[in-house]
Amino acid sequence: MWRFAGKRALAALLVLFAISVMVFLIFFATPGADPAARIAGRNASQETLDQVRVSFGLDKPIYVQYFVMMRHLLIDRDLTSFVNRGAKVIPQIQAAVPVTLSLVIGAAVLWMILGVTMGVVATAKRGTAVDPIIMVLGVIGISLPVYWLGEVINLVTQSRLHDSIFAWVPPLGYVPMSDGLGRWALSLFWPWVTLAVLYSGIYARVLRSEMVASMNEDYIRMARAKGISESRVLIRHALRTSLIVIVSLFGLDFGALIGGAALLTEVVFGLQGIGKLTYDSLQNFDLPVILGCVLYAAFFVVLANFIVDLVYAWLDPRVRNV
Amino acid sequence: MGSLVVLILIVAACVAAPLYANNIAHVDAFASNVQGTYTLNGVTGPVLVNSTEGLGLGVTPIGPTWNFSTYFLGADNQGRDVFARILYGGRNSLLIGFVSAVLCCMLAGLVGVVAGYFGKGVDAVLSRALDVLWAFPVYLLAICLSVVLINTTLTIGPWTLTSGSLLLPILIIGIIYVPYVARPIRGQVMSLREREFVQAAVGAGAKDSRLLRRELLPNVLPTLIVFLPLMTAINMLTESALSFLSIGVQPPDASWGTIINDGVGLLYTRPMVAIAPGIILAITAVALNLLGDGVRDALDPKARLRGSL
Repeated sequence: MWRFAGKRALAALLVLFAISVMVFLIFFATPGADPAARIAGRNASQETLDQVRVSFGLDKPIYVQYFVMMRHLLIDRDLTSFVNRGAKVIPQIQAAVPVTLSLVIGAAVLWMILGVTMGVVATAKRGTAVDPIIMVLGVIGISLPVYWLGEVINLVTQSRLHDSIFAWVPPLGYVPMSDGLGRWALSLFWPWVTLAVLYSGIYARVLRSEMVASMNEDYIRMARAKGISESRVLIRHALRTSLIVIVSLFGLDFGALIGGAALLTEVVFGLQGIGKLTYDSLQNFDLPVILGCVLYAAFFVVLANFIVDLVYAWLDPRVRNV
Repeated sequence: MGSLVVLILIVAACVAAPLYANNIAHVDAFASNVQGTYTLNGVTGPVLVNSTEGLGLGVTPIGPTWNFSTYFLGADNQGRDVFARILYGGRNSLLIGFVSAVLCCMLAGLVGVVAGYFGKGVDAVLSRALDVLWAFPVYLLAICLSVVLINTTLTIGPWTLTSGSLLLPILIIGIIYVPYVARPIRGQVMSLREREFVQAAVGAGAKDSRLLRRELLPNVLPTLIVFLPLMTAINMLTESALSFLSIGVQPPDASWGTIINDGVGLLYTRPMVAIAPGIILAITAVALNLLGDGVRDALDPKARLRGSL
C-alpha cells in the first residue's frame, strides 16, 4: 500500500508540473500577441509593458521565463494584478476559498443524498414505471444548462414570487458563516440546489447502471440463496459494491468543483468564490489572476485524483498491483 | 425514436431560419433595430419603449406577442426579434456541438486505438498526456484557450483563423473532451488485442496497418457512435456556457448561449429572452441523451440485457 501511495504521489507531482508548463505555454507561447501585453491587461502604457518585461524576464529564454513566473507565484507570492493595481493574487484567492468551499460542500451533501436515493429506488423499482420516470428526471437534470437554471431560479425567487412564497430568500450574495449559521445556509440554499440538480442526475444514472449490473453477480445470487431479504440484498450487497464507482466519481467532481468548476453557479448567484474570481479577471483580461486561479484549480484536481486513487486501492486491493 | 423526431424538427427549424426571418417575420435578426416599429392587429407601436420607472433610464423591448408574423417571443434590448435570433443561433449551437463532437470522437478514437494497440512507450506517453488534460477542469481549460485565442487572428501554416471564427470554439471544445472518450476506447482496444480473431490475424502475418484498419477499428466504431450523440449534447452545453461567459461565439453571430447572455440584463422585465433559448437547448440536450441511450441499446445488445433485467 505504501509503495502504491508513493508511486501515485510521484505521478501526481509530475502531472502538476506538466499542467503548470501547459498553462504557462498557453499564456506565454501561443502565437498572436505579445505576452507582456497579455499580462499587463488591455490598453497598458508603455511604461507598464517595460516593467512587465523586466519583472517576468520576457527577454530571456522561455524556460527561464517559466521559472521566473513560478517564483512569482509560489515562492515570492507577489504576483500582482495589473488591472486592479496593487491587488495581490494570492490573498484574493485565499479570500475566495471559503465561499467556494461552502457552496461545494453543501451542494455535495445534497446531490449525494438525492443521487443515491434516486439510483437505489430506480434499481429497486425496475420493471415498473417508476424506474424510467426517475431516469428521465436524471437526464433532464443533466441537460439543463446550469447557469440558465440559476437565472430562472433567480427570476422566480428574487422577482416574480419574491413577495409571496419566496420572501425568505435573501438578496444575492454570500453571507459568511460568522454572521450566523442560519443566514449562511439561507444565502446558499438556491445555489446548492442549482448545483445539485446536475450532479444528482449524473450520480443517479451511474449508480443505477452499476447496481443493475451487479444484481447479476454471483455474490448477489449467494446472498439471495442465504434467504436475505431483497431490500437487504439491495442496500448491503449491491449498493455497497456499486458505491466504489460513485466514490471515485465523487472525488473527481468534488476536486474539480473546489477548483473553480462551480464558476457558472457562482457567477449567476453573485458568490465571490474562485470561479467568480476567474470570471471577473477574465472580463478584465487580468491574466496574473487567471493564471493563479487555474494553477490553484489544477492543484485541487490533482490532489483529488490522488486521494481517489488511494481510496480506490484501499477499497479494492486488486488495484494496488497494477 | 421520439427523441430523433424532436431533433429533426429542431434542426429543420434552425436550417429554415432565413426563410422565417425573410418571409414570415420580415426582420433582420442581426441588425440593431432601436428605432423600429411593429404592427400587430392593425396597431403600430415602437419596438423599444423608454422606461417609465425610476430615473427613466434604459428601455424595455416589447414582450412576446405569441404571433408568428411579428415578434413571436418579443425583442431583445436592441430591438431584434428574439425568435428569429433563436433559430439563427440554433444553427451555430447545433453546428458547433455536432462538429466538435465528431472531431472529439475522431481524435479520441485515434489516440485510444494507437495507445491501446502499441502499448508500452507509446501508451505511456499518450496516457500521461491524457492524464494532464483530464486533470484540468474542463471549463478552465476552455477559458484559458478562449481568452488567449478569441480576439486574435491566428495563422497556422496556410490556414488563417480570424477572430470570431466558429472554428475556434469547435476546436477548443473538441479537444478538451478527448480524454473522456479516449480512455474507454483505449481499454477496449487493449482487451480486443488479446482476442482470438486478432491473434489469428497476427498469426496470418497481418501488418500493423491492416490490424488497425480491418480488425480493431470496426470493433471500436460502435463505441464511438454511441459516444457521438452524448458528446454532442455535452459540447452544446459547453458551447452555450462559454458563449454565456462571452468567450464562445462572438457577436454579431449568435448562439443559444449568447442569447441567454443578452437576456440576463432583461431578466426581470422580459424574462422570455433568457428563458426561451434555455428551454430549447435543454430539449435538444435531453433528446440527444435519450438518442444516445437508444443507440447504445441498439448497438450493444449486452447493455440492453443488463438494463432490462
